[in-house]
Amino acid sequence: MAMDQVSVAHDDHEHDHKPGFFTRWFLSTNHKDIGTLYLIFALCAGIVGYTLSGLIRWELAEPGIGPLTGLMEYFGYSGDQAVEHAKHFYNVVITYHGLIMIFFMVMPALIGGFGNWFVPLMIGAPDMAFPRMNNISFWLTAAAFVMACISMLLPGTGDFLGFGGGWVLYPPLSSATGHPGPSMDLLILSLHTAGIASILGAINFIVTILNMRAPGMTLHKMPLFAWSVLVTAVLLLLALPVLAGALTMLLTDRNFGSQFFDPSGGGDPIMFQHLFWFFGHPEVYIMILPAFGIISHIVSTFSKKPVFGYLGMAYAMVSIGAIGFIVWAHHMYTVGMPSDMKAYFVAATMVIAVPTGIKIFSWIATMWGGSIDFEVPMVWAIGFIFLFTVGGVTGVVLANAGIDHVLHDTYYVVAHFHYVLSLGAVFGLFAAWYYWFEKMFGIKYNKTIGYAHFWTMFIGSNLLFFPQHFLGLNGMPRRYIDYADGFATWHFWSSMGYAVTLVATTIFFVGVIEALVRRRKGVANPWGEGATTLEWTLSSPPPFHQFNELPEVKPESHH
Amino acid sequence: MRFLIALLSILPFGALAEAAQPEAGGLGLQPAATRIMERLHGFHAYLLVIITVITLFVLALIIWVCVRYNKRSNPVPRKFSHNTLIEIVWTVVPVLILVAIAGPSFSNLFYQENEPDLEVISSGNGDDPNIYPAAAEKGWVTFKAQGNQWNWTYSFPDQLDGSGYPVEFVSNGLQHGLAKDVTDLSTGPRNLAVDYPLVLPVNRYVRYQTAASDVIHSFAMPAFGIKTDAVPGRLNEGWFLVEEEGTYYGQCSELCGKDHAYMPIEVRVVSQEVFDTWIERLKAGEFEAAFDGLDDTATATTAEPMDAPTRLAQAQ
Repeated sequence: MAMDQVSVAHDDHEHDHKPGFFTRWFLSTNHKDIGTLYLIFALCAGIVGYTLSGLIRWELAEPGIGPLTGLMEYFGYSGDQAVEHAKHFYNVVITYHGLIMIFFMVMPALIGGFGNWFVPLMIGAPDMAFPRMNNISFWLTAAAFVMACISMLLPGTGDFLGFGGGWVLYPPLSSATGHPGPSMDLLILSLHTAGIASILGAINFIVTILNMRAPGMTLHKMPLFAWSVLVTAVLLLLALPVLAGALTMLLTDRNFGSQFFDPSGGGDPIMFQHLFWFFGHPEVYIMILPAFGIISHIVSTFSKKPVFGYLGMAYAMVSIGAIGFIVWAHHMYTVGMPSDMKAYFVAATMVIAVPTGIKIFSWIATMWGGSIDFEVPMVWAIGFIFLFTVGGVTGVVLANAGIDHVLHDTYYVVAHFHYVLSLGAVFGLFAAWYYWFEKMFGIKYNKTIGYAHFWTMFIGSNLLFFPQHFLGLNGMPRRYIDYADGFATWHFWSSMGYAVTLVATTIFFVGVIEALVRRRKGVANPWGEGATTLEWTLSSPPPFHQFNELPEVKPESHH
Repeated sequence: MRFLIALLSILPFGALAEAAQPEAGGLGLQPAATRIMERLHGFHAYLLVIITVITLFVLALIIWVCVRYNKRSNPVPRKFSHNTLIEIVWTVVPVLILVAIAGPSFSNLFYQENEPDLEVISSGNGDDPNIYPAAAEKGWVTFKAQGNQWNWTYSFPDQLDGSGYPVEFVSNGLQHGLAKDVTDLSTGPRNLAVDYPLVLPVNRYVRYQTAASDVIHSFAMPAFGIKTDAVPGRLNEGWFLVEEEGTYYGQCSELCGKDHAYMPIEVRVVSQEVFDTWIERLKAGEFEAAFDGLDDTATATTAEPMDAPTRLAQAQ
């Protein structure tokens, strides 16, 4: 989408007045404002989720139960009572760390935030197809987050507060047997609400992308980020209703005497796991696919080269999404499945490595022959490519049911999915943040702070998660508040890694505040010739309403 | 203090020939005690080579493009965006690698998943490292591990006591993270040792079943290469054969609530004679005698177990 084809004159027309503060931010129907709301929301939820992970690493830095007992003593428990509450609280912490990071940090930031901001801009649309639905998606997500936080403070089991059964919510631990208290009921309501918000958002994205592309922009000319959001939205639309079904069955099991997951009434707890992972596996692609799209744009922009193998890249994402629906039981190798079924899931799972490999190699091929500019977003993108590879290859190891019988539910799995999510999706998020910051807010960030953020984060998160491979191989089970003394060494270093990421996160916020205070005026296109998508044809920040006159994409222009 | 604890934990405990448990600073899988795990060791080593080569290859490519194609060394970008040959190569080569992984993967999976046919094995030849004809002749030893919040109930369905009920006992972890916990490491490693361990004979085909009484648990023994969920309403099954006497440790591996970290699994693998004595005493209802006798035979054959200060001194 060459920018010379688009007139910028219509952007600064005189009717670009914004509504008052309350109307603008609380009744917003503008995709950019809603995107900003999502980003602020994700930052807040991210701080909560990140604080919870800090509690985990603090507790695990040394053997024995220490810091959390101290915390419980602070809340008025004493002696063994404090220890018992600490043990339950640890399970609550790991549960909500997972749920908050997935549902209220990564998804709102990547899809709600950057998706809302840049899908309409990239496809040359004035706004999303359903602006009011967009608004309610956001506020339902916010309400869901509040409910999740409140559910941490309600009785879970006995006089222990909060639900401590892991983000996977397996019954009977999540049914009346394990957590009879109202905490789990409110958590179900929260996830239902977040799910509805996501489904509405997904419908909005699908309709927008299918109907509102600029004249001349065929699907095969559409920017890869829009492709990634389209695939993600389809995954959401197909996966979330299954989660909603499972959650509803759980709710009726808990409250209305049904016995879907209760063996004493002919039910089966494993059925919940099948339903959950039928949602849960596409969910992990929902979290990473938008990052794939973002990385493609950044790599192309700063190599000053078009994306290598554009169609292969788009269809690699489509096939990752499609295969993502038929591999779910690789999360359940140990539940007691027939060996032939395991063999099928081994084979299907390993197939995913092929389109993923295509993506990795295509990014490198995009850089090959380019003239690479190591701007801040580019170093994050290069970091993403390498770290995602590390997380990907351990995924191939775990795909093998034989090995997984040893590694399932150990720290090896924890290391694997944090490499693809915490170092994959989150590095993608930061790359996008530094790529579009100037475009979104019209101000420049300090590059030195950006580089400092990258290097401390890179070192810290690797120190945090790499030793967890060793722990897992050596047999350290997940979700343990205390461990055999042999595991102490690597747990200590892992916690040190968290301390380094704490410095990195501080640097990030210093960078944001510095940019907001200094207010260096941004330009429409800070990245030069490599930035070819439509958002760079607009001012920074873009006008309140853009593309009143639709841009036209010429047939010969490449993607 | 931390490193001291770490150092302590690598010392052998008590009378044990082999202590299969986490090692301080350990980088890899726990030592194998079964053929299943031995094969997994080999398979994992094979996978580790493949994934390390792939990762280093990607890293090398990234470094190369960063050095060769940065804006100073290559001011004018080229504009190509397709190369059919290379795209076919990077689709086909990964497929071939995956096929090379799938072969040993399936063979290992079916080896551990499919319960061996002891009649066939006992008539088989002894050269196959995967089968044990002498052990097959003696038939199966079957036990059931039932997970409870938060301990394990072990029973031997084939071993009936005087009133016709299967031998059964409950095994609790020694530590619960509480101040009153035993801190004397001579009773066994922290968070792994239990009051009444599961006892099994060496070099016998063992069939295990898992079940649960409340929520889902998981029976995991890293040194044996097994992990099987204990699910309410289900009876899962698996097998193993331990080739060396010793004490082996595992831990519950499915989140089961507050004391998930405190329901360890301790398995003493002993000679057939010791096992027979133990199980006979259990059948006769001499519960304490059965487990005390276990310690007697263990200490009789080896050196006196060290007390904690001695062990500490040795560690320094």
